[in-house]
Amino acid sequence: MSVMMDIQNLHAGIGEKEILKGLNLQIEEGKVHAIMGPNGAGKSTLSKAITGHYEVKVTDGKILYKGQDITDWEPEERALEGIFLSFQNPVEIPGVNNAYFLRTAVNARRKHLGLPELNAAEFLRKMKELVKELGMKPEMINRSLNVGFSGGEKKRNEILQMMMLEPDMIILDEIDSGLDIDALRAVSEGINKLKDGKRSFLVITHYSRILDYIQPDYIHVLMDGRIVKTAGPELVAELEEKGYGAIGAEG
Amino acid sequence: MADKELDRAVAGEYNLGFEIDIEEDRVPPGLNEDVIRFISKKKEEPEWMTELRLKAYRKWTQMEEPHWGHLHYDPIDYQAISYYAAPKKGPESLDEVDPKILEAYEKLGIPLEEQKQLAGVKVAVDAVVDSVSVKTTYRKELEKHGIIFCSISEAIRDYPELVQKYMFSVVPMNDNFFAALNSAVFTDGTFVYIPKGVRCPMELSTYFRINAMNTGQFERTLIVADEGSYVSYNEGCSAPMRDENQLHAAVVELIALEGAEIKYSTIQNWYPGDEEGKGGIYNFVTKRGLCEKDAKISWTQVETGSAITWKYPSCILKGDNSVGEFYSVAVTTLAQQADTGTKMIHLGKNTSSTIISKGISAMKGQNTYRGLVKIGSKAEGARNYSECDSLLIGDQCGAHTFPYLESKDAHGQVEHEATTTKISDEQLFYLRQRGIGEEDAVSMIVHGFCKEVFNQLPMEYAVEARALLNLTLEGSVG
Repeated sequence: MSVMMDIQNLHAGIGEKEILKGLNLQIEEGKVHAIMGPNGAGKSTLSKAITGHYEVKVTDGKILYKGQDITDWEPEERALEGIFLSFQNPVEIPGVNNAYFLRTAVNARRKHLGLPELNAAEFLRKMKELVKELGMKPEMINRSLNVGFSGGEKKRNEILQMMMLEPDMIILDEIDSGLDIDALRAVSEGINKLKDGKRSFLVITHYSRILDYIQPDYIHVLMDGRIVKTAGPELVAELEEKGYGAIGAEG
Repeated sequence: MADKELDRAVAGEYNLGFEIDIEEDRVPPGLNEDVIRFISKKKEEPEWMTELRLKAYRKWTQMEEPHWGHLHYDPIDYQAISYYAAPKKGPESLDEVDPKILEAYEKLGIPLEEQKQLAGVKVAVDAVVDSVSVKTTYRKELEKHGIIFCSISEAIRDYPELVQKYMFSVVPMNDNFFAALNSAVFTDGTFVYIPKGVRCPMELSTYFRINAMNTGQFERTLIVADEGSYVSYNEGCSAPMRDENQLHAAVVELIALEGAEIKYSTIQNWYPGDEEGKGGIYNFVTKRGLCEKDAKISWTQVETGSAITWKYPSCILKGDNSVGEFYSVAVTTLAQQADTGTKMIHLGKNTSSTIISKGISAMKGQNTYRGLVKIGSKAEGARNYSECDSLLIGDQCGAHTFPYLESKDAHGQVEHEATTTKISDEQLFYLRQRGIGEEDAVSMIVHGFCKEVFNQLPMEYAVEARALLNLTLEGSVG
């Protein structure tokens, strides 16, 4: 087993409030890890801590990624190294053309990897294919980034970015919230397409619905700032039946 | 030949009380009637122009500097300013232009060479450096179409009937304190005349810059678009680093006759001063256009420089169905202060105007939008749409909006929208999470904010404006 990310004794909070209280988690290369847990357990704080969000302060512990300690890295440095977060609520940026934004991001990553930049034509060809695959309207290409997008359109746009950026470590934060069944299927297909035995996924969710579409290798239960249980996919059914309360009692 | 005329003028009119040696390349600081006569003579002007200047000067001495703008600056000592400076020699061709001047253009990213090479686009440049026109290109091609594109001094000598008819017709010499000062002492600027029905085949451009110490610059621009004609004119400015405050008081008059269209684009990049505002340019500008029937005037400005900006490019929509537009991006960073906006005066029937103003403030910058929409008693069916948005970067800067509406009768249709937003941390984080560095992320958000205005600029000019915006906001984040 090769470890993609190793989170050791992570203590982190927002403001004065400690939310992650000594969290340990290993994410394996090429595997899909699901983090489940009740509201307020610290799921979103974990995704923010991994990506270097400005609100989250790490007070102890560390995050190793591909063997490097990235705990204090800038958000863009982590992104360039291949960490991607699909946002729960993608922010709107008026006047910034979706294609222009994404090409800038893709080329920043390619440059970082020592690859030649994609020219406008190459980029657009690829983007158009994926837009079609994800069942997005072609006009989304030239709309302002997330502006006036419906909830489903925003999520598809996140997946579009993920597929274009081809990251190594993908965090999906509540990717299924607000999606109808068609959107959920399109989004899941996009995610599954990126599974290549090397890329790792961290699927953060409090519903098991998405896990019917993206088969997880591991389920971790996050409660009160710690991982309290790790098991195989069979745990999903157990959680459905007994709820988090039973796990908490066990732990 | 010119010398003989000059001699005659000197001998005939100005021998009494004339104390400044005409050979001087620079007039001593101070302003009086002798200085005005000196300037007029230096410019080889006819007597009628000298008299107009003196008339303006006398009006100016009766006027007071306005202080209603949301601006704070030390009093200007008008007697400490030198009102005329010429470059050491007058070059005949590009090769003779001071390499330092060419180098300054290079540094600004707008080299003349590059302009020529722009694919398929011919740009005529009448470069005004230190008050004297040093270069005019493409004039022959323009002449084929009967277009006049020359310095205002040449126009005064060569096309007196046009100048006499239109100069001061839109901005009267006593319109305001700074316009009166300009009318008395203007040293150069541009004149454009587009004949009836002619569509000017190229973008016309003038680059201004200041490079002598302690010299105020007073340009005067007059553009006349005759019936059914079209012209797009680009004005760009820059000035190198310096310590003393520099006064800049330009006047621009546009006349769009029946069915004509004038598009006037400005990139203003005067030296903004240091973090305390020390040493920057004081920019007090009067710009106004007159639209006859079915005519259109569109002002687009990108204002990134100057310590003080006081500027309200305006349209008088005199003719029925005439259209006025104002698109503006004003950036204040460091300790810059801008009080800028427009006036749309609706006089004719079914006149319409659009105002899109984008103010960006960073560091200790103070940005004020001041706009007037006036609907006259005969302006049935007049329409205005105004949108004034402010973007704040950091928490030491300020944005202020003063929209005024005057409607004689309630028959105008006026819409006004205003927003103030701060670049949100969440927007920045989103872009950074995609691998875009912080400065690039800020720049992307700012460019998005300005998009509606940049879209109005001629393409190569928009590229320049974007580069300038990046340069201006460099280091203003974090």
